[in-house]
Amino acid sequence: MSAVTDLLLTRYNYLAVVVLSGIGMYMMIENHNLVKKVIGMNVFQTGIFLFFITMAYVDGAGPAILESGGGGGPYVSPLPHVLILTAIVVGVSLTAVALALIVRIYAEYGTLDEEVLREVIHE
Amino acid sequence: MIPTVTGTPLLGSGVGALLGGVGPAAVETLLATSANSPLPPLLVVVPLLVSIAALAVGYRFDRAAWSIAAIGAVLQLAIAGTLAWRVFTDGRVVHVLGGFVPPFGIVLVVDGLSALVALLIAVVTVGVLVYLRQAGPRGSAFYAEFMLLIAGLSGLGTTGDVFNMYVFLEITGLAAYALVASGDSGLAAVAALKYLMLGTVGASLFLLGVGYALIATGTLTMADLAVRLAEVGYQTTPVRAAFAFMVVGLGVKIALFPLHTWQPDAYSASPDGVSALISALVSTVSAYALVRVVYSVFTVEFFAANPVARDLLLYGAALSVIAGSTLAVTQREVKRTLAYSSVSQFGLVVVGFALANRAGLVGGIIHLLGHAIVKGSLFLAVGIIAMRTDARTIEEYAGLAGRVPVASAAFAVLAFTMIGVPPAVGFVGKWYILLGAVEAGEWAVALVVVVSTLLTLAYFARLIERMYFSPATDSTDPAGTVADGGESSPDRESRESESTVTDGGSAGDSLDNAAEEGRAGRDDRGSDDTDTNANTDTDGGVVDDDGDAAVDDAGSSEPDPVTDDPGGRGVTAGMTAVVVLAAIVAVALGLLATELEALLRPTLEVLLS
Repeated sequence: MSAVTDLLLTRYNYLAVVVLSGIGMYMMIENHNLVKKVIGMNVFQTGIFLFFITMAYVDGAGPAILESGGGGGPYVSPLPHVLILTAIVVGVSLTAVALALIVRIYAEYGTLDEEVLREVIHE
Repeated sequence: MIPTVTGTPLLGSGVGALLGGVGPAAVETLLATSANSPLPPLLVVVPLLVSIAALAVGYRFDRAAWSIAAIGAVLQLAIAGTLAWRVFTDGRVVHVLGGFVPPFGIVLVVDGLSALVALLIAVVTVGVLVYLRQAGPRGSAFYAEFMLLIAGLSGLGTTGDVFNMYVFLEITGLAAYALVASGDSGLAAVAALKYLMLGTVGASLFLLGVGYALIATGTLTMADLAVRLAEVGYQTTPVRAAFAFMVVGLGVKIALFPLHTWQPDAYSASPDGVSALISALVSTVSAYALVRVVYSVFTVEFFAANPVARDLLLYGAALSVIAGSTLAVTQREVKRTLAYSSVSQFGLVVVGFALANRAGLVGGIIHLLGHAIVKGSLFLAVGIIAMRTDARTIEEYAGLAGRVPVASAAFAVLAFTMIGVPPAVGFVGKWYILLGAVEAGEWAVALVVVVSTLLTLAYFARLIERMYFSPATDSTDPAGTVADGGESSPDRESRESESTVTDGGSAGDSLDNAAEEGRAGRDDRGSDDTDTNANTDTDGGVVDDDGDAAVDDAGSSEPDPVTDDPGGRGVTAGMTAVVVLAAIVAVALGLLATELEALLRPTLEVLLS
C-alpha cells in the first residue's frame, strides 16, 4: 500500500503521462468520430510532451535564463523544452493536415462517422 | 511505462556534463576521423528551397511547377552523386550544423550507407518525375509536397542526431500524407487520414524512445549515445524501453506485419506515380533509420546483452515475411498485391538486419536498395498499364502481354527480380540474408527466407501467367480507357461485376459515367483530368522534355515502339523508358553486388564493431 501511495505522491507527473497517453490512444481506437480521433491523437501527443517536460524538472530550480554576469541556478534542463517546442509545431501541422483531410472526407461522403464511412465506401 | 530511474534530479550525469561543457570523446573521434563538407546540408536545403519555389512560382504559372521540381531533382542527383563519390573515395563525411559542436548542436553524418540511400532518393526522384510529367497529378501544391518529401527523406538519411531524426520522420510523414491525399477519389483522403493517424502514433512512439534515451544518457547525438548507452548498461530498463519504443515506432513507418495496416490502403488509393515514390522511398528510408538506430545507436552489443530483443525483432520480421506474402496472394487488385508484397519484402530486409552478422546486414542493405528500385518501377509499370488498358485487377491482366508488350515485359522482368531469379538483385539480397541466417544458426528463419521465395512466386506467377498465357477476356474498348489514376473502388467494383456479365463496351461506358459523376463536385481536379486527356496530341513536345530530364539517368530519349500502340492514352516514351531502364538496373545491380559490398566494407566494419 505504501508503495502505491509513494508512487502517487512522488511520481504523479509520470502517472499523468501514462493516463494522458492512454486516454489519447483509447480515443483514437475507440471513437467513431473522425474529429474525436484527431483530438485523441493530440491528447496522446500531449502525454508524450509532458513526459519530456517533466523529466527536465529539477527540484527548486528556476528557468534557464542566465543573469548578466552569470551565477544563479540551479536551472532546469532547457534542452527538452526546446525539443518539445519543435514537437508541438510538428503536432500542430499534423492536426492541420488531419483536419483538412476530414473536411475533404466530409465533402465527399457527408459523414464523419467511421462506421457509416465504411458502409458508404463498400456500397 | 514509468521509468525506473532512481535518485533526483532525474536527469543523470549526462545532462550535467552537457551543461558543464565537457566535450564527449565519442563526438571528438567522430569529427576527427571524418572529412568536413558543406554538401550534406545541401541535400536537405536544395529540395526544401525548390519546394518553396515550386509553390511560389507555380502559384502564378501552373505549368512551371514540374520544371522547377525537375531542375531541383537533377541538382539533387548531382549533389548526391558528388557526395557519394567523396564518401567512397575519402571515407565518412560530416557537417556540424551552424558551428554548434555536438552534443549541443546537430551533426549530419554521411557514411557509405547514407550515401547510397541519398543516391537512391535522387535517382528515384528523377525517374518518378519523368513519369509524373504526363501522368500527373499536376499543380504547384503537388510538386511542393513532392520536393518536401525529398527534403525530409534526405534529412532522415543524413542526420546523426536522434531527435533530428524524429523531426525528419515527421516531415517525411506530413509530405507523404498529403501526397497520398492527392489522389482523385475520396478513398485517397480516407487512406491518407488512416496513414496519418498510424504514422503519427509510430513517430510519437519513436519520440518516446528518444525521451528514454535522453533520460538515460542526457545526449541526443548518435555517436555520443552509442558510448553513453553502453556506460549506462544495456540491461537497464530505460535503455531497453528506449530501444523498444524506437524500434516499434520505426516498425510502423516501415509497415512490418502487425503494424502495416495503413500501407495497402495508402498505396492503392494514391495516384500511381505517388505509389511508386512512396513504396520506393518512404519505407526504405525508414528501414535505413532502423539500421542507424540498431547499429549506430544501440550497436550489436545491445543485441548480445539482450538476446530477447533480437529474437523478437527477428521472429517478428519473419512473421511479417509469411503474413505479407499470404495476404498478397489473396488480393484481387494488382496494386494491393504489390503493397502486401512490400510488407513481406521489408520483413525480409529486417530479418537481415536483425541477424546482426555481416552477411545478414549486407543482404538486408542490398535487398533494401533492390526492393526500392524494383517495387517503385512495378508501380510505375502498373500505372502505364492502367493508362493504356484500364486494367487494375488480376482478372483484367489477362492477355495483357499482347496489348502492352513493353510495359508487360518490364513488369515480368521486375517481378522475376523480386522473386529472386539469379542474377538479378532480388536473388543476391535473399542469398546473403539466407547465408546470414545459416551463419547465425537460425534454421527456422533460413526456412522462412527460402519459403518466402516460393510465396513471392505464388503471387507474381499468378499475374505473369495471366499476362502471358491467358487469352484476353474483355475487349479493349478505347472509350473505356480513361487516363485516370485514382478512380474510387465503388466504380472499380461495379465495373468488375459488369464486365463479367456484359461485354467490355458497355462496362467501359458505365465506368465513364461513374467517373464523371465522381468528379462533379471537384472542378479543379476535373479540369486536371481533362488536361491529361487533352495532352495526348502534344506527345512529341513532352517526350523532348522527358528526354532532357532523364539525361542523367541514361540516354532515354530514344524513340520507343510503344508510342504507336493503338489504344494507348498519354503514355510517353519517357515513362516507358524509365520502367525499362529500372528493369535493366535491377538486373545489373545483381551483377554488381560484389562491388557494392566492397564499397560498403568500411561502413560495415563501423556498423558491426
